[in-house]
Amino acid sequence: MTDSAIPENLTAGGDTTRKRVRVNKSALVMGAYLLFLMLPIYWLLNMSLKTNAEILNDFTLFPRDLTLANYRTILTDPSWYLGYVNSLIYVVMNTVISLLVALPAAYAFSRYSFMGDKHLFFWLLTNRMAPPAVFALPFFQLYSSVGLFDTHIAVALAHCLFNVPLAVWILEGFMRGVPKEIDETAYIDGYSFGKFFVKIFMPLIASGIGVAAFFCFMFSWVELLLSRTLTTVDAKPIAAIMTRTQGASGIDWGVLAAAGILTIVPGALVIYFVRNYIAKGFALGRV
Amino acid sequence: MNKTVNQKAWFLVLPVLILVAFSAVIPLMTVVNYSVQDTFGNNQFFWAGLEWFEEMLHDDRMWNALKRQLLFSGIILAIEIPLGIFVALNMPKSGFWSSFCLVLMSLPLLIPWNVVGTIWQIFGRVDIGLLGYVLDKLGIDYNYTQDTLDAWITIIVMDVWHWTSLVALLAFAGLKSIPDAYYQAAKIDQASRWKVFRYIELPKMMGVLMIAILLRFMDSFMIYTEPFVVTGGGPGNATTLLSIDLVKMALGQFDLGPAAAFSLMYFLVILLISWVFYTVMVNLDKKGM
Repeated sequence: MTDSAIPENLTAGGDTTRKRVRVNKSALVMGAYLLFLMLPIYWLLNMSLKTNAEILNDFTLFPRDLTLANYRTILTDPSWYLGYVNSLIYVVMNTVISLLVALPAAYAFSRYSFMGDKHLFFWLLTNRMAPPAVFALPFFQLYSSVGLFDTHIAVALAHCLFNVPLAVWILEGFMRGVPKEIDETAYIDGYSFGKFFVKIFMPLIASGIGVAAFFCFMFSWVELLLSRTLTTVDAKPIAAIMTRTQGASGIDWGVLAAAGILTIVPGALVIYFVRNYIAKGFALGRV
Repeated sequence: MNKTVNQKAWFLVLPVLILVAFSAVIPLMTVVNYSVQDTFGNNQFFWAGLEWFEEMLHDDRMWNALKRQLLFSGIILAIEIPLGIFVALNMPKSGFWSSFCLVLMSLPLLIPWNVVGTIWQIFGRVDIGLLGYVLDKLGIDYNYTQDTLDAWITIIVMDVWHWTSLVALLAFAGLKSIPDAYYQAAKIDQASRWKVFRYIELPKMMGVLMIAILLRFMDSFMIYTEPFVVTGGGPGNATTLLSIDLVKMALGQFDLGPAAAFSLMYFLVILLISWVFYTVMVNLDKKGM
């Protein structure tokens, strides 16, 4: 509290009016920016609550006959809602796999130096830089030949291509912030490596694990090119199913919009749960 | 932190190595394989040496796609980085409004990429989209499916909409880590707003900004889904960026040899530029930024 009190004392001489003006300007900037962000999303929401006739014939800022029919179409048709289930299954699988392999590796990178460690670290990062378009066809052939084509695990493994390097990178940043003395004290106290890692170390970097999980979830959830290439029916993600709305009679705009809104929901929920960590988390433990 | 030398640490890295070998090295070797062979179907392959690479290097198609790609990445970096910093400087520092802004700003980041494309495809349509409709009513001729400039503006605005928040959130995290004492010292020295930004905030943000630039560069260079949904690479080839061109070649026309050679060169360009960024970043880290 004393920290924030000092500038008040310093600015006491007539500076307060200028301060208020600046705050208002900031609010204006933020307001404009948030409006820019929200408008397209609002428009999608607006469309999802209209009938197709209203979308195409009248131009209205608010749905006149509010209808939930578009959502009902999606939530009652298994070929629609299973898309969400498929997406969630491979996203969760990917997050778990990525974290499980990234945790020990990040620990090794943050604590020890070993032969080729710097090269290895950069090589890992290069996989984050690999364009999915380059890998689409080889992945298709690889997973077909081992009989994993059109399974959730195939997509989860494919997404490891960019999520594992990212998870290692994020976790390494957070682990560097934990003093090495903690490790040493624990070993002196007779902890084995595994016990120390799970019981003492992981709680210390819990926020880092959360952030890594958030990013893995995010990049796996939003990716389409690989997940579409690797699936046909059984594990088809919702994003790919959305292209179905282009029927013979044109595009079913209302259902398309409703499906789009429903893909935003899981992301919004995740953000809501991690809202207090976002600011620190986005620095990836590197500030 | 000084690290202990311990070769056994390799065992901790082993799971990652096996996984990445499966999901990156094997596919990459397939690409290398294709790039030096030719096929006439029936799974019969012939050694082609570096022919495909030569052919691609003399092909205007790849160079044009690369030019468009560099232009696109350059423009979006030039807009998103300053805008992101500007937004971060104007964000409320704490309290309810701070988390309110954070939540709303993160929202576009978690929308699946093809839905981002769909949102803007709809938003820009003259008949049913708000943006297109308003522009049309204002008498501005706007049609992103026919006009090259409009198509470019649409995909750039879409990318700014989609990703500026990432830059802003990173910059904000950097700003929050600056102790109050720095600002107080600046106040005592009567530093101007610009000087505070130039000599306190910018240097302190440098570390996270490099991450932002690196991430934005890599991702914009690999962008596929969003512009593909909005413009499909058109009008003509006007918005055919590298990935779109590559997918067309590999999965559309099944030209495996040229596509593989293209892939490898594409990957190399990204690696090269990213390596420069990465080296700069590691050096900044070392200086203790």
